Amino acid sequence: MGDWGLTETSMDNYEISILSHVAMSPSRHNNLMSAYSLPSSKSSYSVISAFCTEDNIPQCISYINQELGSLGLAAHIQADPPGRASLNAAPALNAMYELLQIHRRSMNNVEELEKEQLKKTSTLEHMQTSNSRLKDQLELSIREKSGLHETERQLQLKLKTLQSCLKTEKDEVQKLQSIIASRASQYSHDAKRKEREAAKLKERLSQLLVDRKDKKLAIEMLNSVGRSDGKRSHWKTAKATASREAEMYKSLLSDYEASQRALMLENAELQKVLQQMKKEMMHILSPCPPLNRGGSAEESQELGDSDREERSAETSRETLDQSCEHAREQLTNSIRQQWRKLRNHVQKLDNQASLVQNQPPSNAEVIPLETHEHEVERMRLEVQQCKEFIHAQQQLLQQQLNTSFDDETAALLNGCYTLEEKERLKEEWRLFDEQKRNFEKERKNFTEAAIRLGREKRAFEEDRAAWLKHQFLSMTPFADRMRSSSSDGQSALSVKSEPEIRTSSSKAPPVKSSAYTTFSTPKSSKSAAVPSTIDVCRTLRLIPDYRESSATEDEESWLKSKSKVCSSDLSIFSLDEDKNPLT
Amino acid sequence: MNFSEVFKQSNQLCKVSPDGKYLATCVQYRLVIRDVNTLQILNLYTCLDQISHMEWSSDSLFILCAMYKRALVQVWSLEQPDWHCKIDEGSIGLVSSRWSPDGRHILNTTEFHLRITVWSLCTKAVSYIKYPKACQKGLDFSRDGCYMALAERRDCKDYVSIFVCDDWHLLRHFETETQDLSGLEWSPNGCVLAVWESCLEYKMSLYSLDGRLLSTYSAYEWSLGIKSVSWSPSSQFLAIGSFDEKVRILNHITWKKIAQFEHPAIIDNTKATVYKEIEKRPAVSSDEMSLHDITVASSLFSTQSKYDISPLPVQIPVVKPDPDRANPKIGVSALAFSSDSRYIATKNDNMATAVWVWDMQKLRLEAVLEQTSTIRCFQWDPRRPRLALCTGNSKLYLWSPGGCVSVQVPAEGGFQVHSLNWHCSGDSLILIGKDQLCLCYMDADQNNE
Repeated sequence: MGDWGLTETSMDNYEISILSHVAMSPSRHNNLMSAYSLPSSKSSYSVISAFCTEDNIPQCISYINQELGSLGLAAHIQADPPGRASLNAAPALNAMYELLQIHRRSMNNVEELEKEQLKKTSTLEHMQTSNSRLKDQLELSIREKSGLHETERQLQLKLKTLQSCLKTEKDEVQKLQSIIASRASQYSHDAKRKEREAAKLKERLSQLLVDRKDKKLAIEMLNSVGRSDGKRSHWKTAKATASREAEMYKSLLSDYEASQRALMLENAELQKVLQQMKKEMMHILSPCPPLNRGGSAEESQELGDSDREERSAETSRETLDQSCEHAREQLTNSIRQQWRKLRNHVQKLDNQASLVQNQPPSNAEVIPLETHEHEVERMRLEVQQCKEFIHAQQQLLQQQLNTSFDDETAALLNGCYTLEEKERLKEEWRLFDEQKRNFEKERKNFTEAAIRLGREKRAFEEDRAAWLKHQFLSMTPFADRMRSSSSDGQSALSVKSEPEIRTSSSKAPPVKSSAYTTFSTPKSSKSAAVPSTIDVCRTLRLIPDYRESSATEDEESWLKSKSKVCSSDLSIFSLDEDKNPLT
Repeated sequence: MNFSEVFKQSNQLCKVSPDGKYLATCVQYRLVIRDVNTLQILNLYTCLDQISHMEWSSDSLFILCAMYKRALVQVWSLEQPDWHCKIDEGSIGLVSSRWSPDGRHILNTTEFHLRITVWSLCTKAVSYIKYPKACQKGLDFSRDGCYMALAERRDCKDYVSIFVCDDWHLLRHFETETQDLSGLEWSPNGCVLAVWESCLEYKMSLYSLDGRLLSTYSAYEWSLGIKSVSWSPSSQFLAIGSFDEKVRILNHITWKKIAQFEHPAIIDNTKATVYKEIEKRPAVSSDEMSLHDITVASSLFSTQSKYDISPLPVQIPVVKPDPDRANPKIGVSALAFSSDSRYIATKNDNMATAVWVWDMQKLRLEAVLEQTSTIRCFQWDPRRPRLALCTGNSKLYLWSPGGCVSVQVPAEGGFQVHSLNWHCSGDSLILIGKDQLCLCYMDADQNNE
């Protein structure tokens, strides 16, 4: 069906094209062409031969004239004189010629149309084959689809069966579990019964053995031996029993005491570590507020609040006994706060570092990355333009050379031109070279700047890393803790042999004073703390003003002066540094 | 390393006295006492029948020889060779005999565990303890010798009785939370008693000396449970080996698990060293790195072996146990702490050729020794972190943190080491064969490798 319909439509197309062709040809040919295009025109020749006879020449002429007129040709055919059966040759021939012309044109048309038809049929064929191919494909895909459907169905089926299997298995498991449980209870019941029987039997047996008065049951000894401790045995009295109990409790007590002591030691150690951690954290954090105050007001406000809180905690802790529950809680709380602060601080530092990376620094030496890129882009464009320019020139030159070969005089003339051109080009080349050199130089500058930038960045990163590391190392209690725990293993997890327990319990772990003194934050803390300390110093008139100018003062003298400041004010912690500028 | 000549023994009965001076060996019905250093015979006692059990008293003055078939116990004195003592349990039978920690009492367990008879050598007095439970380890003395814990079974319930060893006064008697108690063991400091359930259920209970339940630990349910238990010498850890091929370490403060050591068939832990024993034919032994010249002499008839460090990952041969048989050969059946509590050695039954050494400080696998044959026995040096093991062939293997050695025992006639015992000084080892024994002296200056 489809096939047939398709050919039909193609036929329609064919006709349409013919019609369009017809429409293009002059309108006067219309009838003729349709007449000539029919194959039956040839067979009608005999009719035509019979068309004109001697008798009806004038009628024929008139008829032909009429026909020619209807065809749009000038009807000039006429008989010479009436009565003579001859034609006036010239108009007839003209008419004939025109007819022939028309005929040829129409033949041409026919040929073209045939060709076209051929083409159409071939395309039709092509279409048909492609159509059939597509149909095959369609069929194939349909088959595939059905196959997939089938497999899917199968899988579904399998899934269903598996699910049912699972269900049955589950049921089975449940059943088995219940069976196991019942058997276990049965077994335990039987076992108990058997055991009771066995116990009864044993009882009976021992009874029998006792009743038999087994004579063999005896001990033969040359003489009794003394007790291993050399003492005589005691009577069993209530007192002795009580003393046994007492002894047991004593040993238990001593064991508990020992373990308590160990735990206490461990606890003390942990507390010490906690304290130290807190101290160091405070030490680290105290120079921060001025740094942060510059950043955001609320941040500093918050810090100030926590500082005040801490101060109160500090004083309360000092007044209270350290082992007191309340104080311990406060200690841990404040440690937690400090830790949070420290973490925030470190995060902030991180953010700052990343900001520094992104921000275009105001430093004159360092060229910002964007402008650098922009410049590079511009230069690249310039180079591209220059290249294009050169290329165009080369092409022109080539053309001129090619044309100059045509005639020698022109070549001679052109020789001068080319020379001139060459000169100009050389000049331009030189200019370009210079430009290139300049560009190179600039680029070198840029790379240098970039390198410098990178180096600086790295240095900064290193600085920061060192500082952070230092902070953490001096602050973190784990290094010391590990060392101490390996030396005296009071912790639950450390391994120790028994003699070690005794020896280690006697030796108290040394208090680590070094950790605190070694702690120093060379760069950042100094830079952060300097303004405030200088203020402090200036207000206290402890240092002359030259300190402001000398940027490369050494740490020790600074510390010394700081210690002096601290000694003037007898409170302990670095919070004082905040307090001083306020006064 | 030096080796003594070979002596006869029977029933693998040979023990060094607790003071380390004497070596007692049993040969059929004779008891031979030698000086450990000179190996000269000091005393020779003749018993009434073939000796089935022998034990030194704690003060090294007496030796107990039990003849279970005849229900007889004979005691000999080292100081007075004429002194003799014979205890006859009569028709009630005898299955186990042991010294009390003071060395003046003998505890005899009768057949069917009807009772335990306590004989005093001081007063000839006899006392009975009824209802002892027949189980894996139903009786244990605390290390200081003050207390004895005894598992009992009455009315289908488990009880533990704690006696004061001095006068056998019953200090405490309490019911345990077990269905079927399998064993009990004092912590080395004598304050905690570990009590575990039979293998049907994983359950470990810890009792204080006064009978309070301190804690109960159960790792899992339903499958077979505890197979072996060991306290660390510091009493800090309790190691529990179980049928699931794992060792769990409990701590002494919370009695919770702090570590779990698994025994995987494929070792890919880069921190562990795997030593693989490689046997070599003597033909190629001319240039091999034999560690002891001694071995070369006797290597003509036996294969040499040495340890290679295997590149990871290593596949340990695993034997799949028969599920239809009772007591399946799977799980950790042996574990031992080194004397400094630093290491623990374990053996998993379905990987019978491997000994695993774990570091207790880092709580990780330290080394694995893969032998060519099944491990028979391993024991830690009582003084140093040094492990000796034997596999029933003519070699002695030693592990220390520094490395591993395999030593050929140079005794003629194919001496095969079935078991071994360290001397209490850690300077020598007693190697026990089928019916022979041999002493192995460690060089004093030799440092493990």
